[in-house]
Amino acid sequence: MSNTIKTDVLIVGAGPVGLFAVFELGLLDMKCHLIDILDRPGGQCAELYPEKPIYDIPGWPTISAQGLVDKLIEQIHPFKPEFTFNRMVSSLQKLDDGSFRVATDEGELFEAKVVVIAAGGGSFQPKRPPIPGIEAYEGKSVFYSVRRMEEFRGHDLVIVGGGDSALDWTLNLQPIAKSVTLVHRRPEFRAAPDSVNKMYALQEMKQLKFLVGQVSGLAGTDGQLSSATIKGGPDGDVEVPCTRMLPFFGLTMKLGPIAEWGLNLNENLIPVDTEKFQTSIPGIFAVGDINWYPGKLKLILSGFHEVALMAQAAKRIISPGERIVFQYTTSSTSLQKKLGVHD
Amino acid sequence: MTKLTYIAHDGTRFDVEAENGSTVMENAIRNAVPGIEAECGGACACATCHVYVDEAWTAEVGEPEAMEEDMLDFAYDVRPNSRLSCQIKVRDALDGLVVRVPERQG
Repeated sequence: MSNTIKTDVLIVGAGPVGLFAVFELGLLDMKCHLIDILDRPGGQCAELYPEKPIYDIPGWPTISAQGLVDKLIEQIHPFKPEFTFNRMVSSLQKLDDGSFRVATDEGELFEAKVVVIAAGGGSFQPKRPPIPGIEAYEGKSVFYSVRRMEEFRGHDLVIVGGGDSALDWTLNLQPIAKSVTLVHRRPEFRAAPDSVNKMYALQEMKQLKFLVGQVSGLAGTDGQLSSATIKGGPDGDVEVPCTRMLPFFGLTMKLGPIAEWGLNLNENLIPVDTEKFQTSIPGIFAVGDINWYPGKLKLILSGFHEVALMAQAAKRIISPGERIVFQYTTSSTSLQKKLGVHD
Repeated sequence: MTKLTYIAHDGTRFDVEAENGSTVMENAIRNAVPGIEAECGGACACATCHVYVDEAWTAEVGEPEAMEEDMLDFAYDVRPNSRLSCQIKVRDALDGLVVRVPERQG
């Protein structure tokens, strides 16, 4: 327990609403640490549609999703938020002093008096491909990421997908695997053309196989894969002997371990009140797309409103008894000092 | 108004009136057709509004563009008549269009 990170407010999710929460909490002198499963801030805006314009951000007739994220990062910079990326929160424990201890999937520990769930549609996780019975092989012979390349040495490997992950791992694992078969539903790829050319060159030299089609079935025993059936290709159904499979079907959003925190849930959403945006556990708040209340609209601007009110309630938990003076950034010299704009 | 028909995976028919210029996905959501999720809200970024276009309509509806084909890689049980319904715009020529909802989205 040596490296517990202590902060005032732990924010789960670094999407636009989680980022703006740093601003509102910062104006009230609360320090924030954000955890996100992605490798950068922005959530869906950065991961799903960075180039797409958004037309309903007040004051911005049009702004790209990534542009909005960049502006938010600039806006919260004075409050020096800390980030932990590539991590999913796992367990939550209430401590005797009223604060919360939150662990990540890699074992880091955080302690905070207030936890703000700004997890949007949930955490991005690898999508399970539509292959019947695949669950039985997961973690034993079917993997959704490569943690150690050695685990694939000497194996007959099937890689499924047409993006950069699929092509990169095809090229990287080909030298150490016994055999590599790449399966994609069409001959066009989303991956970088250079990787695709390298793959075709290796296929020419019979160093790997590329099959057009979709994996329709798996065979094996006790989680150990022995073959995969590929359908829909020009040669009809093909059976490929294999002992490892790596499917790359993109990401989907799941609530994940937050569902086990003992919060009241309503179909994967977290009900909150509309005064504080607090969950059924005092001290834990939920803002943005992940929460639910009568009349809820899943808009970024709703999330911005929610964090402003949430920050008032969070302040009362972190500094009990302290009088909260309502101030405008336009006129308050003390707020301007915090923002670094007061000379 | 243009008539659209959705056939849910359990065979239930949904006959709806759609405005030209709206998307087949938007009309499915508006009419609570089960099995169309549209997680990303129509940005061609998620492949959860996947439908099968009735064979009689594939020529009129047309082929997906490259970006949509890329997204279809993530869909469940993709067939030659697969489309993402957020990328099909309703127009007069599609009056009577029939689409089927797959067993599941991704």
